[in-house]
Amino acid sequence: MIGILRHVLALAVKEFLALVRDPRSRFVLIGPPIAQLIVFGYAATFDLDHVPVAVYNEDRGALGRALVARIAGSPHFDVVAAPDSEAALAALVDRRTVLLALHLPQDFSRNLHRGLIAQVQAILDGRNSNTAMIALNYLRRILIDFDTRLARESGHPPPPARLEMRAWYNANLSSRWFIVPGIVGLLTLVVTLVVTSLSVAREREQGTFDQLLVTPLRPAEILVGKALPGLAIGLAEGTVIISLVVFWFGVPLRGSLAALYLGLALFLLSAIGIGLMISAIAVTQQQAMLGAFLFLVPAVILSGFATPIANMPPLVQQLSLLDPLRYFLVVIRGVFLEGADIAAMQDQYWPMLLIGLVSLVVAGGLFRHRMY
Amino acid sequence: MTESVLEFSGVRKVFRAGKARVVALEEVSFRLRPGVVTGVLGPDGAGKTTLMRLAAALLVPDAGRVRVLGHDVAAEPQAIQSVIGYMPQRFGLYEDLSVQENLDLYADLQGIPARARRARYDTLLHMTGLGPFTRRLAGRLSGGMKQKLGLACALLREPPLLVLDEPTVGVDPVSRRELWAIVDAQVREQGMSVLLSTAYLDEAERCAEILLLEGGRLVAQGSPRAFADEVAGRVYVLAGVDLPPRRLQRRLQAVPGIVDALLVGDHVRIVTAAPRPPALQAHFPDQPGLRLVPVSPRFEDAFIARLATRGAEGAGAPPPAPPAPTRAAPPPAGTAEDVVIEVRDLERRFGAFRAVRGVSFTVRRGEIFGLLGANGAGKTTTFRMLCGLLPPSGGTARVAGVDLRHAAARARARIGYMAQRFSLYGNLTVAQNLRFFAAAYGLAGARRRARIDWAYAEFELGRYRDFVAAQLPLGFRQRLAFAAALMHEPEILFLDEPTSGVDPLARREFWQRVNALVEAGVTVLVTTHFMEEANYCDRLVIMAEGRILAEGTPAALRARFRTPQNPEPTMEDAFIGLIEEAA
Repeated sequence: MIGILRHVLALAVKEFLALVRDPRSRFVLIGPPIAQLIVFGYAATFDLDHVPVAVYNEDRGALGRALVARIAGSPHFDVVAAPDSEAALAALVDRRTVLLALHLPQDFSRNLHRGLIAQVQAILDGRNSNTAMIALNYLRRILIDFDTRLARESGHPPPPARLEMRAWYNANLSSRWFIVPGIVGLLTLVVTLVVTSLSVAREREQGTFDQLLVTPLRPAEILVGKALPGLAIGLAEGTVIISLVVFWFGVPLRGSLAALYLGLALFLLSAIGIGLMISAIAVTQQQAMLGAFLFLVPAVILSGFATPIANMPPLVQQLSLLDPLRYFLVVIRGVFLEGADIAAMQDQYWPMLLIGLVSLVVAGGLFRHRMY
Repeated sequence: MTESVLEFSGVRKVFRAGKARVVALEEVSFRLRPGVVTGVLGPDGAGKTTLMRLAAALLVPDAGRVRVLGHDVAAEPQAIQSVIGYMPQRFGLYEDLSVQENLDLYADLQGIPARARRARYDTLLHMTGLGPFTRRLAGRLSGGMKQKLGLACALLREPPLLVLDEPTVGVDPVSRRELWAIVDAQVREQGMSVLLSTAYLDEAERCAEILLLEGGRLVAQGSPRAFADEVAGRVYVLAGVDLPPRRLQRRLQAVPGIVDALLVGDHVRIVTAAPRPPALQAHFPDQPGLRLVPVSPRFEDAFIARLATRGAEGAGAPPPAPPAPTRAAPPPAGTAEDVVIEVRDLERRFGAFRAVRGVSFTVRRGEIFGLLGANGAGKTTTFRMLCGLLPPSGGTARVAGVDLRHAAARARARIGYMAQRFSLYGNLTVAQNLRFFAAAYGLAGARRRARIDWAYAEFELGRYRDFVAAQLPLGFRQRLAFAAALMHEPEILFLDEPTSGVDPLARREFWQRVNALVEAGVTVLVTTHFMEEANYCDRLVIMAEGRILAEGTPAALRARFRTPQNPEPTMEDAFIGLIEEAA
């Protein structure tokens, strides 16, 4: 037993040294995480801010000005142009200068004062349908708000049925709260997968794997020795990112840390297993790298990181059951936003454990059988 | 002659690898003798390949001038490349093209007119013996044939200067002889000037002129005879000794005043430091019949004498290794029961290609057993199957009674393995490598420290302990690999081409260590393509194309080819004889 521990420890130490002393591996540990943190933390958001808007306001009344002021004051919109003809308005949309063009007719204020229905024409650039829908949604909210207040001030009865919205867990529906915790899963997956998938392939390429196989080390020991550094690096990387998510991006961590770390450990186990499996199959580091990305891209898409799994065709949904990131994202979002504890996340833990164990066993088998 | 074929004057070439600056050549000046073969020799890292690449106008000197056929390499590299013939260590043959297509391609690249081609092809194909194989893919040729095809491509336009960088490394002796015959014919018939680098010292004798490089400097230039004359009267063969040659060699290496003791055939040949016979009686009181027979010196004697003397002054050749302490020295028996390695009908196929076919042999305890053959003969494949690294397609391979592929880890603890390429962790330091392998072999605590200290002392690695392994000088890298394989004092040692790419001096040192180990009871299985190294083996098999051609003691194998014309055949003669018998 002591012998096994000693073997595993020696391997893990060697593995660590090899990683830290190799400039390329050092870069893998530091470069991609920073780049992705910036990309996902700042660039990737579903929220629209500062949408360029053009307003053609023919109305001379106070209410028209009030509405335009409301739109201009919203963080979502920037009024960038005030054209004076319908043609000019259309041209702005054509040239993509603005995403949204509003036309307030001459009788806007007058109709409202008379208690009639006033019309606002909104022209959206539908070339990017998703963005257009989001912008329209913002505009609707502003208009409803405007209407309600106007009704109250002028003593008109409020609309008969009103939708009173309360978003739980993410009161402001900030998409950053949705995306940023997911980075914990994404980044730890990238780093551990790359580190572990390169580990055996590198040794095979340099001829050191043969040297390793003729020592009394057992395949299981080699497997554990190679898995441990991946686990340690993943946990360290995960901790750094969790801290950044909480303290830098200000996303609340409401649930138990234990639940989060148990999930992280199991998730890393499965990532390491898959990484070692790729590594055992690959003959060169290049193949291993390619293999890692062949896994990474579908894994991220199927995980529900950006698009809901529920929207996928049934067959693809079933395929996503094999994706460890799918489970870990539930854990992360559960712990961060819902305040979940270990018991609540049980159903996410065991599939990751299963994926991890199966892939590790397969990797161990491949070590011994793919030796040429 | 106003314009020399090749002239170096005050040439200096520096390479930068990261922060490190390596001076590859310094103050090299010479004029190539036209119309002869000039050999470039020197230890590893002496700058041989750099010199060849400068001559081929592939590099530009940092200082000084290189002129080839009246052109300066810095100013007109194209002009030079379009007239000379150059063959690098690995010639760029297109493996997926046939022999003929490769020739056509190089003829196109060299702009040889279609009319002139037919006759030239015929001459070259006839000379290289590749005539029957014109439609075979280059990738399916043997190592020797590939090398001949490469040479043929370099000779297509009958260049006035031919630059060959180690053309014979790893090539079987038959092909080696043929390559030399081709080169000699070109020199004789066309008056071609040839610059050729080599790691084989016996090839020096075939050159008209030698350039001896050491540490980037040209230390001597002259005919092989002139070199040999340096050690005139200092070379002897020992006779009347009643000792196994290997033991005799070991004892001789400890005698002061002897710079080299080498096994040649059944004899031990010595080179002394001074031109007088050494007083050996004092060191061999048990050998009353010992006599010294003066023999005529060879280039190799002078080469080793030069390097060894220099080594003794500075850092270099260490004193002969003390025997490695083994846990329990088993009796040096050689009885039939004491079979350590047993191989029966071993076979390995890669697709349709049969790399090893029907190989059988046994190795007894305390033997040095050799697998001798050219590159691609199946030695390494056999080896990997023995070590359990490659599953056999048929037959069995048992080491110490077990199949290592399925053996318990305990069985693997009894073997040491040194791979053909350097296979330690390049970005770890010497100390980290040794610590890791010691731990991998289950050493701990005081024993681990003791073994690592032993490695530092034994292999003089102490001062390199914090060096990154990949940056070690070549010879020390090989020592480190050997040290790692010996960490756990294995009973059986597998050495795959341990001396490939290592200079002659380091090779001698290496065999001294192996001899010491064997005397302490270790069994050694070794592969080599150096024919003369076969003399270190107790028994060996000669392999070609995956098959065993012959098995026996070196003396017995050589004796089979003793003829009145050749009363003392070398192992190379025996090898060639066997190949011819098989054909």
